[in-house]
Amino acid sequence: MATEVFMPQLGESVTEGTIAKWLVKPGDKVKKYEPLCEVTTDKVNAEVPSTLEGTVAELVAGEGDTLAVGDLICYIETEGGAAAAQAAAQPANTQETASEMPAAESPKTPVASARPSDAGGAAAKAAGKRYSPAVMRLAQENNIDLNQLEGTGKEGRITRKDVMSFIERSRTAAQPVPQAEPAIQAVSAQQRTATRQPTAAAEPERVPEPSVRPAVGTLEVSVYPGDTEIPVTSVRKTIANRMVQSKHDAPHAWTMVEVDMTNLVKLRNSLKDEFKAKEGFNLTFLPFFIKAVVESIKQFPIMNSVWAGDKIIMRKNINISIAVATDDALFVPVIKDADQKSIYGLARAVDELAAKTRQGKLSMDDMSGGTFTVNNTGSFGSVLSAPIINQPQAAIVSMESIVKRPVVIDDMIAIRDMANLCLSLDHRVLDGLVCGRFLQSVKQKLEAYGSHTSIY
Amino acid sequence: MAIISYIDAVTQALREEMQRDRRVFIMGEDVGVRGGVFRATNGLYEEFGEERVIDAPLAESAIAGVAIGAAAYGMRPVAEMQFADFIMPAVNQIVSEAAKMRYRSNNDWHCPLVIRAPYGGGVHGALYHSQSVEAMFNSTPGLKVVAPSTPYDVKGMLKAAIRDDDPVLFFEHKRCYRLIKGEVPESDYTVPLGKADIKREGEDITVISYGLTLHFALQAAEKLAEEGINAHVLDLRTLYPLDKESIVEAARKTGKVLIIHEDNKEGGVGGEVAAVIAEECLFDLDAPIKRLAGPDVPAMPYSPTLEKFFMLTPDKVMAAMRELAEF
Repeated sequence: MATEVFMPQLGESVTEGTIAKWLVKPGDKVKKYEPLCEVTTDKVNAEVPSTLEGTVAELVAGEGDTLAVGDLICYIETEGGAAAAQAAAQPANTQETASEMPAAESPKTPVASARPSDAGGAAAKAAGKRYSPAVMRLAQENNIDLNQLEGTGKEGRITRKDVMSFIERSRTAAQPVPQAEPAIQAVSAQQRTATRQPTAAAEPERVPEPSVRPAVGTLEVSVYPGDTEIPVTSVRKTIANRMVQSKHDAPHAWTMVEVDMTNLVKLRNSLKDEFKAKEGFNLTFLPFFIKAVVESIKQFPIMNSVWAGDKIIMRKNINISIAVATDDALFVPVIKDADQKSIYGLARAVDELAAKTRQGKLSMDDMSGGTFTVNNTGSFGSVLSAPIINQPQAAIVSMESIVKRPVVIDDMIAIRDMANLCLSLDHRVLDGLVCGRFLQSVKQKLEAYGSHTSIY
Repeated sequence: MAIISYIDAVTQALREEMQRDRRVFIMGEDVGVRGGVFRATNGLYEEFGEERVIDAPLAESAIAGVAIGAAAYGMRPVAEMQFADFIMPAVNQIVSEAAKMRYRSNNDWHCPLVIRAPYGGGVHGALYHSQSVEAMFNSTPGLKVVAPSTPYDVKGMLKAAIRDDDPVLFFEHKRCYRLIKGEVPESDYTVPLGKADIKREGEDITVISYGLTLHFALQAAEKLAEEGINAHVLDLRTLYPLDKESIVEAARKTGKVLIIHEDNKEGGVGGEVAAVIAEECLFDLDAPIKRLAGPDVPAMPYSPTLEKFFMLTPDKVMAAMRELAEF
């Protein structure tokens, strides 16, 4: 039987050799250690000795060929079993070559087991509950319930790749995404949990109803060249979720009144410079507006309620949420006990909260406990808006831009500073009548401001 | 571009730097007339003469010490330790003198010295011709320790090391000398010291290595790609100071890290790399940080079967990579 003869390692760091001259030809009988060929390397010229006794069968490499250490150079036919046994003991130099991968030769290599994904993760689900830090972080950042995932790692472990591909699939799939209750949400988290417990029948929270579930981002959207992809931050995600929830849960109705702000404008103009000098910040229309709203709430306390499924809870404390916009997000901090503050106090509270928002220093306490929301949409020029209710409150009112308009007073045309007040209401809690009366009250109070008004 | 061997890239770098800067000179055992026992300095004695390619006596401490003195006086010596195993007598000179000179003299003196040494096994070199000694120097501030793996890197980094104003230990894996070939520009270029290099992009596992095992990792990565496992391979290139940014970035990419080196596991640079990753990347890790290294055994054996057991091989590397990918 023919035995292979390989190029041996001829020197330290020598990795290949060139056959300079064959010293035998097929048919020649060779003894062990007899030279078979001359080999040149860049360090040394040497002869390759035969590793066994036998007859040269076939010369595989030719003269002039350069072979790597361990490559086959020729075959030698052995006579008898004794010689064959020696052939098996190839010098250990054959596997040192890093230029080839002798996968078949190495008995020590552990046999690669079938990938666990083939074996099925179901059986080892229990073992798969050990989550790595990367998996935990990704799950938290993306609101993923890890119980939903199949692990492809060892023993069914959920790997980082599993979570990443789950995120990919959820982004593109048209199915509803189950939302795990977020651990911390920015706005009014306590309020939500406080009112969720009593709701037995109303909100279908966990039951997946594809048409009504307030899931965010379930539409399949393609990206075209030139489009910019903006990653959704957690703040934006929160806003998105809350808006969807609000519109889904509360049937929004909308009403509006026009307010003659001329006297208020005059009042503010007369006060603003002195105020700025004395207090160090600007006196805007917002505190006047909030004061009017708060006083009207006192007259119509139903405006300060929440829907609780089988009952309506009328809140005693009047905590006014004010919407503050930054470049990339909307925050709604709360002025607690606004009915206990003067116009000055409200002005100061607004200024402080706005500053905190800009600096990103709002605390959970600042953002929770609101019972009614006031929105100063006029500050960006709007004359009409339909605000979305800040759940779980019952209504939200916006003060629009103050614009000089011709109006009719006592059958005469006059130029007055007019502003619209828009109210969105939760029609489960409130009706048009009480809202209309509420708005009338706010209107009257705003129109009643004048030179006699004290802001302190 | 020419494809040359790792050792030829070393010779090219030395020649070009000696041509460029008259202060550069070489000293070491058998570097001159013999051209180096590995032929690293082949032809340089003929080209530059005996005063610039100096055959030193068998005295490593003196080789280092004389080089340090010359460097302090403004020369740019490239000293050679014939084998990294022989660097031990020179440790005092390197650590206590060269590494501390600038700090100790408050910048009055500095030591622009390069000490080259072949390290690593796989050449039947046994105890005293196969050692990896880099770990010993990996916590010596004032010293740079580099171990390039490819011909391109070795030429660029040797040039950078020679031009560096402070001492550099330049380790060359002797098995790579003739085994590894690659494209090397004939132009003058440098590769920055202190920066690791991504040798292969991937998303499934990160492999960090240097020297011969880097090539094993790259080969294993090619094979594993057929199985759907894509390895991200980072070549450390410089062992001290470590390129922490690149290490952290590479670890974060996949969350699964395998550090491979031929040096012993305990106390090897892999431990420092693992510590950096553990400190910075806790919430990005998807698996424990794994190290595949030489066994904690006093030396590389001479017996071929034991040498084979000791050395890392492409198979051992591939098995470890596959295991990590499947975790």
